[in-house]
Amino acid sequence: MLSLALSLGQMLLDTAGNVLPIIGVLVGFQVLVLRRPIPQVGRVVFGFVLVVVGLAFFMEGLERALFPLGDMMASQLTAPAFLGLAPTDTAALQDWRSYGWVYCFAFTIGFTTTVAEPALIAVALKANQVAGGSIGTWGLRITVAIGVAVGVSLGSFRIITGTPLHYYIIPGYCLVLIQTWFAPRAIVALAYDSGGVTTSTVTVPLVTALGLGLSSQIPGRNPVFDGFGLIAFASLFPIMTVMGYAQLTEWYTRRARART
Amino acid sequence: MKGLLVQFLRSLAESLRDLAPILGVIGLFQVVVLGQPLPDPGDLLWGTALVVLGLSLFVQGLKLGLFPLGETMAWDFARKGSLMWLFLFVFALGFSATMAEPALMAVAQKAAAVAAAGNLIEPSPATQADYARGLRYTIALSVGCALVIGVLRILRGWPVQYLIIGAYIGVVGMTALAPPEIIGIAYDSGGVTTSTITVPLVAALGVGLASSIEGRNALTDGFGLIAFAALTPIIFVLGYGMLR
Repeated sequence: MLSLALSLGQMLLDTAGNVLPIIGVLVGFQVLVLRRPIPQVGRVVFGFVLVVVGLAFFMEGLERALFPLGDMMASQLTAPAFLGLAPTDTAALQDWRSYGWVYCFAFTIGFTTTVAEPALIAVALKANQVAGGSIGTWGLRITVAIGVAVGVSLGSFRIITGTPLHYYIIPGYCLVLIQTWFAPRAIVALAYDSGGVTTSTVTVPLVTALGLGLSSQIPGRNPVFDGFGLIAFASLFPIMTVMGYAQLTEWYTRRARART
Repeated sequence: MKGLLVQFLRSLAESLRDLAPILGVIGLFQVVVLGQPLPDPGDLLWGTALVVLGLSLFVQGLKLGLFPLGETMAWDFARKGSLMWLFLFVFALGFSATMAEPALMAVAQKAAAVAAAGNLIEPSPATQADYARGLRYTIALSVGCALVIGVLRILRGWPVQYLIIGAYIGVVGMTALAPPEIIGIAYDSGGVTTSTITVPLVAALGVGLASSIEGRNALTDGFGLIAFAALTPIIFVLGYGMLR
């Protein structure tokens, strides 16, 4: 109980330290440059306190409960003993077909962590407010989560096969550019943003643990070189799914209109 | 006061709903697939309670503090009409937020280890710390620049895809030239720079700016800042890898 309070206090200090420079910039510019009082100062300060305390609780809880478990599971799922293979059977260990459960885990963990991602919730709230309700917060979050899920699974496949990262990312960019051409104008900026947003507090540690677990278990893979890249996948694929979702909706409404 | 409490309880329920899938997946895999009991269920319960509580406080705080502040500042800057100060503000915001980002510190340290393993730098702790610090400055600089260019785009009303296409071409061109060891880290560094506090603030700022300027659409022009802040670090880190 005491140790919990101690580590919670430490986390609170760390979070406050991370937020301090941002607050400094905000207050500095507000007071020195804009020279305007902040409207409803009490409310804003209270909001900031809630953000810092909330983030500290959130991180402490994650480190206490979810991250150790995620770490352990990533290494267990890739261990030869679980796969039913002999540790010396290099050919089978390098075969991507041996890792069915890993893809399953990558997909579900990518999806669920993205749904819970605070930064994505923030952007979805803002988009919903700006679009006057035509962009549902849940619609956006689920679409982005599917993108991350596909990205992380494909990224695991890349680590297992050991292909260079840019063989996937550069065609991915090309696909995004082609989609940009055809997607409805209004969604493009939001789609690009949803790529960067998905990967923060919850997703990064769990996904990184998966990448490191995979690359250290598979013979011939080096965690330092092959362990990276999952986050890049996770931030590229949501762009495609969000634009794809907008394209599908547009196509459906056009078809429905053509019928009547 | 009572309204606030009801609101808080509702957001508590929402957080629980948001987090339940993660717990479900981890529990299912642990028990059904791996066939092992949950280790230390007490700690797990405590941690989950903290996560749920933290997430609801965070979302409440966003609505009360970060969102309104970001928007009023955007309005005030637009009214003040001084571009210089606006650019300086977003640069300072991007730079300081990125320097303080814990995820970035972790990635920079790993990157230094990779560079040492790839014989790009001397494998001594001092050079590695130096390399990691240089990398963090590079990324923070790139995020600051990205926000400045992104704000300029909102002011001018350029379509977002032109900038993104330009950045993609930059990334692809640099990938061909950069040492292969740095590529994985460079691509990942784009994703980690955009943190949980910067994102809501930058989103509120962009949307506030776009809606305060005549003829700009909050949806098409207001978003896109984060995308840019996630792409430029890739180019800068690839460049850093080439120079070192």
